[in-house]
Amino acid sequence: MAGKTLFDKVWDAHVVSQVDGGTQVLYIDRHLIHEVTSPQAFGGLEKRGLQLFRPKQMVATPDHNVPTINQHLPIEDELSRTQVETLEANCEKFGVELYGLGHPFQGIVHVIGPELGLTQPGMTMVCGDSHTSTHGAFGAIAFGIGTSQVEQVMATQCLLQNKPKSMRITIDGALQQGVTAKDIILYIISKLTASGGTGYFVEYAGSAIRKLSMEERMTICNMSIEMGARGGIIAPDETTFQYVEGRKFSPKGKDFEAAKAYWSSLPSDPDAVFDKEYTYKAEEIQPMITYGTNPGMGMAVSGNIPTSEANTDSFKKSLDYMGLEAGQAMLGKEISYVFIGSCTNSRIEDLRAVAEFVSGKKKADHVTALVVPGSKQVESQAKAEGLDRILESAGFHLREPGCSACLGMNEDKVPKGEYCVSTSNRNFEGRQGPGSRTILASPITAAAAAIHGKIVDVRELI
Amino acid sequence: MEKFENMTSRVVPLPIEDVDTDQIIPARFLKAVTREGFGENLFRDWRYLSNGNPIPDFVLNDSTYAGKILVAGRNFGCGSSREHAAWALYDFGFRVVVSSFFADIFRGNALNNGLLPIQVSEAFLQEIFRAVEDDPSVEIEVDLEAQIISLQGAGQERFEIDPYKKMCLQNGYDDIDYLLSQKEKIEAFEKKAPRYFMMGL
Repeated sequence: MAGKTLFDKVWDAHVVSQVDGGTQVLYIDRHLIHEVTSPQAFGGLEKRGLQLFRPKQMVATPDHNVPTINQHLPIEDELSRTQVETLEANCEKFGVELYGLGHPFQGIVHVIGPELGLTQPGMTMVCGDSHTSTHGAFGAIAFGIGTSQVEQVMATQCLLQNKPKSMRITIDGALQQGVTAKDIILYIISKLTASGGTGYFVEYAGSAIRKLSMEERMTICNMSIEMGARGGIIAPDETTFQYVEGRKFSPKGKDFEAAKAYWSSLPSDPDAVFDKEYTYKAEEIQPMITYGTNPGMGMAVSGNIPTSEANTDSFKKSLDYMGLEAGQAMLGKEISYVFIGSCTNSRIEDLRAVAEFVSGKKKADHVTALVVPGSKQVESQAKAEGLDRILESAGFHLREPGCSACLGMNEDKVPKGEYCVSTSNRNFEGRQGPGSRTILASPITAAAAAIHGKIVDVRELI
Repeated sequence: MEKFENMTSRVVPLPIEDVDTDQIIPARFLKAVTREGFGENLFRDWRYLSNGNPIPDFVLNDSTYAGKILVAGRNFGCGSSREHAAWALYDFGFRVVVSSFFADIFRGNALNNGLLPIQVSEAFLQEIFRAVEDDPSVEIEVDLEAQIISLQGAGQERFEIDPYKKMCLQNGYDDIDYLLSQKEKIEAFEKKAPRYFMMGL
């Protein structure tokens, strides 16, 4: 019999029982909630007269709609304020740990989970947000769920699931200078398309992945959903254990050693068989950008927009929205907004990379550049390292934590027709505000675009 | 959840691929704390100008088309996990979405709300689009028990659905009812499973 994959090991350890036709009852270790997808779930519980089954396995924070300035003041937008207050009231009533606005642990739910040690190898984790896939970087099974499922986990700590198929994507070799984890994942999605991972859970492997830091691995797993995969997962190793050790919710002392021994048994067996495998060479990956309206529409920054699909209605509609043409080069394209933030790229290493690049430089006059840290802890760390001063003197605005212009639920929006180079994860129509045009890129490619006021190849600048 | 009833209905065609949940319901309309009323903003930015006036040639504003069945291009519902997308479609009056491919989370959310996602072959999907273009009054019949979708005056296809989810739709059961019935098994599982993640608490 073939060996087990990392995913098999973690999944199988969480199956409570089997329903007919392949559906299984899957136990969920950790449940993160936020203000936008939880109110109807709490409402459902109340309607049924139910309590939370395991409130200690839940943590809440507001992130999606919060303003990124003046967080100490009441939220001006009435609907956003109501959602945040509803979260606070529900957490109080049901006994959930809440890191509210102003709390030193508040932040984007997928940034605070790892930094607080809530995310650990071998766990199952869910959140009513598709980028829950981020936590797979630790060797956890983590995926986004809808609000009905949020309610199910609240009531029973379980979900009904069919086990997805397995895929392994191996990246071997060394990255070129100026190529980052964000470029790796944009490259993969451009190869597999926005639906190429649907039905699968993806393990990322290979020497290029092993070399990445935890934050870089999070960037990769974060965007697994953008090719349709429910989640991504990376084998836990020394890099993982070092990151997890000593954090607030991590096991301590002997417990940590016992956990580490268990976590060390999780990587895929050498003879494990995957339903699908892809292999790429790290050397072939260039700095990437997107040109269309889904994350699969990506290309090397120095390339031309492909012409192969130029006649399909969906492709035409997409380029028409973006104001671009098939065959066109993107280098030199003028842009007017830069957004550095989101659960994909708002961690301290991202801010350091941006600060290092812009240090001593000035943004182009016509560019608005926003830097939104992923959490209060990231914000404090950035200030402690003096990154705030470097960013401000380059003309970037350093804000307070939240999802911000990734999805434009708060006031941070990109105006109609404007191009925004964004470190976020989705370039859908109107994602950053009605009519906004998003170009996804790595933090240094975005920083370089802010400085030059146009799309540039960072390899020529570092 | 309401029971799913078999139906014969006209269709609303949306021959666009990769329709993401941000198009189905933009993020700025997710600020409610109840499940009701999302249909008003279904496909908001394709349906209305920024001044609120309807965009006449968008299919939902075109009185030529009507019905409880939305037929859309492949990879429908990709992107965000927002269940609001399923709520918006249901609230607007759709009970079935037909496509040649669905994003996973959307498919699950739809099934949890009595909205049936039917995956058909790309050839059958294109046949439906052609038939509706020729005659907007053409009807589709959906038989959940037999798992058959039939295009009036043309072909039919059998579709797949998980037997458990089929039973839920036919009876109007939520997953939560089933999970609550499993409490003893869940508690027994907790006692034997490795729980290192609880040790930091």
